[in-house]
Amino acid sequence: MNLTLRVWRQAGPDAPGRFETYRATDVSPDSSFLEMLDAVNEELIGDNEEPIEFMHDCREGICGTCGMMINGQAHGPRAETATCQLHMRSFSDGDEIVLEPWRAAGFPIVKDLVVDRAAFDRIIEAGGYITVDTGSAPDANLIPIEKDAADLAMDAAACIGCGACVAACPNGAAQLFTSAKMQQLNLLPQGQPERYQRAESMVEVMEEHFGSCTNMGECEAACPKGISIDFIAMMNKDYRKAKFKNRRTA
Amino acid sequence: MTVLDAKVPSGPIETKWEHHKFDMKLVAPNNKRKFEIIVVGTGLAGASAAATLGELGYRVKAFTYHDSARRAHSISAQGGINAAKDYHGEGDSIYRLFYDTVKGGDYRSREANVYRLAEVSNHIIDQCVAQGVPFAREYGGLLDNRSFGGAQVRRTFYARGQTGQQLLLGAYQALARQVKAGTVELHTNAEMLELVVADGRAVGIITRDLITGRIERHSAHAVVLGTGGYANVFYLSTMAMTSNATAAWRAHRKGAFFANPCYTQIHPTAIPSSDEFQSKLTLMSESLRNDGRIWVPKDPDESRPVAQIPEEDRDYYLERKYPSYGNLAPRDISSRAAKVSVDRGQGVGPLKNGVYLDFADAIARLGRDAVAAKYGNLFDMYASITGEDAYQIPMRIYPAPHYTMGGLWVDYHLQTTIPGLFSIGEANYSDHGANRLGASALMQGLADGYFVLPYTIGDYLAPMLGQPKVDTSAGEFDAAEAEVRGRVEHYLGVQGTRSVDWFHRELGKIMWDYCGMGRNKAGLEKALSEIPALRAEFESDVRVLGGAESLNSSLEKVGRVADFFELGELMCRDALVREESCGGHFREEHQTEDGEALRDDENFAHVTAWEWSGASGAPTEHREQLEFETLELTTRSYK
Ligand SMILES: Cc1cc2nc3c(=O)[nH]c(=O)nc-3n(C[C@H](O)[C@H](O)[C@H](O)COP(=O)(O)OP(=O)(O)OC[C@H]3O[C@@H](n4cnc5c(N)ncnc54)[C@H](O)[C@@H]3O)c2cc1C
Ligand code: FES
Repeated sequence: MNLTLRVWRQAGPDAPGRFETYRATDVSPDSSFLEMLDAVNEELIGDNEEPIEFMHDCREGICGTCGMMINGQAHGPRAETATCQLHMRSFSDGDEIVLEPWRAAGFPIVKDLVVDRAAFDRIIEAGGYITVDTGSAPDANLIPIEKDAADLAMDAAACIGCGACVAACPNGAAQLFTSAKMQQLNLLPQGQPERYQRAESMVEVMEEHFGSCTNMGECEAACPKGISIDFIAMMNKDYRKAKFKNRRTA
Repeated sequence: MTVLDAKVPSGPIETKWEHHKFDMKLVAPNNKRKFEIIVVGTGLAGASAAATLGELGYRVKAFTYHDSARRAHSISAQGGINAAKDYHGEGDSIYRLFYDTVKGGDYRSREANVYRLAEVSNHIIDQCVAQGVPFAREYGGLLDNRSFGGAQVRRTFYARGQTGQQLLLGAYQALARQVKAGTVELHTNAEMLELVVADGRAVGIITRDLITGRIERHSAHAVVLGTGGYANVFYLSTMAMTSNATAAWRAHRKGAFFANPCYTQIHPTAIPSSDEFQSKLTLMSESLRNDGRIWVPKDPDESRPVAQIPEEDRDYYLERKYPSYGNLAPRDISSRAAKVSVDRGQGVGPLKNGVYLDFADAIARLGRDAVAAKYGNLFDMYASITGEDAYQIPMRIYPAPHYTMGGLWVDYHLQTTIPGLFSIGEANYSDHGANRLGASALMQGLADGYFVLPYTIGDYLAPMLGQPKVDTSAGEFDAAEAEVRGRVEHYLGVQGTRSVDWFHRELGKIMWDYCGMGRNKAGLEKALSEIPALRAEFESDVRVLGGAESLNSSLEKVGRVADFFELGELMCRDALVREESCGGHFREEHQTEDGEALRDDENFAHVTAWEWSGASGAPTEHREQLEFETLELTTRSYK
C-alpha cells in the first residue's frame, strides 16, 4: 500500500518546528509501523536528507521507549498497543497519517518525534521504591501475599513508563503513571511502612512537572497496557490520608 | 599464548565463596566514600551493582545511553528467573541448580563461579520480593513457580510475561533511592565510547551525550561494565534495537581479553521473519514449550491445510529424538533440530521458514480458558504481529539469535585482564559455558550486581586507600578523548552512498550464514574474507548525515556497527579454532552419527580468551583451562 505521511520535524529543543510531507510506498501490511518509518528513513538518507528521529528500542511493547501521536492519538488507532506493536494492517492504502511528538509541558521536545521524559524518573526518585538494602531481606515466603492483592499490584506494575497517558491528557497530567507506580507498592505488605510518605512525596514532585487531573479518563484509553484509572482514585485516597497523617507526625 | 589464572579459591566447592568472602580485603564503612566507582549500564547487572555499591557507601557514577535507567534491554525478558528454593519439595537444591547449569552449558563454564551463582540465587528472590517485585503467587499467598527450558524441577519465578521488567524496575527503584540519597550520580543519554587506562589500570571513561553531543571525561578508582550482550552482530535478533557491544569492545581494544566470542545462543522460539525488511525478531517465551508441541509435516511437499494433516503424517521431532525431555529439550538442541527440519524442506509458513508450535492438545486437555490464562498475552502478541490466531492454528516459530555467552574474560572476582576493570551480567563470560539455560541470565545479572561484585571490588580497592583517582587532565584522558573525536569526525566525513543499516544488514547475513546455527571450516574462512571486504566498503562508503552536536541516531549506530565488524571477525576466528561442537557452537565437522554435538574434552575443555593486537594484526589466543573438581565431564544426553 501507499501512504502519505505528515511528520513533525524540529531540529532541536529551541528550534521552530513544522510539518513535512513524505511518501511511504509499497508498504507491506505485515510490516510494523516503525519498519515503515525505517524504510522512509532509508529513502531520506538516499536523498541526502536527515532521517526522522523517533523513539524506539525493544520493539516488543515492553521497554516504553516508543511513542508518538498518530493522527492525534497517542500510540495510534489500536487499543492497548504501543507504537512499536502497531502493524500496517491497521491502515489502508491511500491513508494520510499525521505524526507528532508527545505534546506536554512535562515532556520537552528534543528533536523531531523525540521528547524528554526525565520527569518520570524524578517522580520515582521521590519515593517510588521500598527501602531495603541488599542482603537484608528475609526469606521470600515469610510474607504470604493474598493472590488478589498480588494480582492487583501486578496490574499496576505493568506500566511501561512510555508517557502516553500524559500525552493523551488535555491537561498534560501524569496521574495514571504516578498512581500505577505508587499503588504497586502501596498495595503490598512490603510497601506499608513507607506508604503515606511515598504518597505525599511522589504526588508533590508530580505536581512540579505536570498538569492537574480533571478526571477526563483519556489516559486510560491511551495506555498501551490498559492500566486502570482506579489506581488514581487509590492514590488520591492515600494522598489525602498522607497529608493528614504526615501533618500530625511532623 | 599464556594460560590465564582465574584465581579460584581452594577448598571444597560448597565453602569456597563463604571462605573467600572472609579472606578478601575489606574497605571499612567510613572509608568507602573515599572511593569512586563508575558503573556503565543500568540493566539488571548494572542497576543492581550501582544501587548496592551506593548503599554500601561508595560514590558511584552510573551511565546509560538510554533516556532512563529503566529502559535497559533486561526489561524485555519474559520467562522468569531461577533459584534453588525448592519451595515445592521436589528435591531441588543449590547443588542441583549448579549441576544443571554446568551440564546445560555443556561443561564449558567455570565450576566455582556457577556454584556461587546457584548459592546466591535464593538471596536474589528474597531481595526482589522485599523490593516489591510482584512475582506470581498461588492461592495460599506463597510464591508460584514453573519449570522452564532444560530443567526437571519447578524453580523458575515469574511475573506474568514480564519478569525482566519487574526485576529491572526493582533494581531501578533501588537505584533511584540511591540517586535521591546522593550516593549515585546517574547519567542518562550518555554513551561510553572509550575506556581510559593509565599505568595498566582502568581509571575512567569517555562518554558522549547523545542529546547535546558533548564529549565528557569521567575518572574513578574502578570501572564496571554491565553493558549487555552482542547478539545484534547478526542484525536480526531478539535484542533491543540499540543493544550493542561498543563498551566491551572498546575495553577489549584497550587490553581486556574477550572470551569465547563464538558462543552464541540461538533461541528456538521466535516468530519467523516475514520479509527482507524486518528490523528485529520477536521472541515467543519458551514457557510455551511446556504446553505446546513442536512438529513439521513429514512430507516436504505437504500441501493440505494444517488441520487436515493427520497425526501419522506429522513429525513431532523433539518428542521422537528426545523422549525424556521432549519439547523441553535445551535451547541449542531444539534450535538445531528445527534447522534440520527446515533445511530438509519441511519448513512451514509462506516462506517455509518455520516449524509448528501446536496448542491443540493443550486446549483439548486443559480448555481454552486455562491456556488463555497462562499464555494469553503471548497469543495476543503473536496475533498482532502475524495476524494469525494461535488458538485456531498452530503458531509458527523459528530460532533466532538471542543471547551471547561469550564476553569479556573475568576471573573469580569478575575482574577483567585490565586491573580495575570489572564486568558483570551478559557482558562478561563466565557462568553459562557454551549454552545458557532458560531463566538463568536474569539470575546471573542480579547475582553479579547484588551479591558478588560489591564484595569482590573491595578487595581491589582496599590497598588503594588514600590514593586519589587519576585526574581527567592526564594525558591518557587526552588521548582517549582524541580517539573518540577522531571517530566521530571520520564517520561524518565519509559521506558515502549507503546507510549504516544497509551495512549492518549485510554483516548480519554473513554472520548468520557462516557463524550461525551450523558452522564449518569453509564457511568460516569465507566469512573471514568477506567481513574485512565489507568493512573496507563501510569505511569508505557509509553515509551519516546531520551533525555531532545534536541527537543523531545514525551517528550513534555507525560506531556500534564499526565495532560489530571487528567483533564479528573475532567470532568467526574463535569458531574456527574451536574444533569441536559444544552447546551453541556447532561445528558440522564434529557431530555424532545421529547429528548430535561432539565435544572434545581432551583438547577443548578450556576457555579461549583473545587479546587485541592492533587493527591489522591477528589477535593472540590465550587459554584458561577449565578444572572440573566436583563434576565429572560426561556426554550431555537429553534422550
Ligand atoms: C527477548 C528476551 C527475553 C529474555 N528472557 C529471559 C528470561 O526469561 N530469563 C532470563 O534469565 N533471561 C532472559 N533473557 C536474557 C536476559 O534478559 C539478558 O541476558 C539480561 O537481562 C542482560 O542484562 P544486563 O544487565 O547484562 O544487560 P542489559 O539489560 O542489556 O543492559 C545493558 C545496559 O548497558 C547500557 N549500555 C550498553 N552499552 C553502553 C555504553 N557504551 N554506554 C553507556 N551505557 C551502555 C545500556 O544502556 C543498558 O543500560 C532474555 C533476553 C531477550 C532478548
Ligand atoms: S519500543 Fe519498546 S515499547 Fe515500543
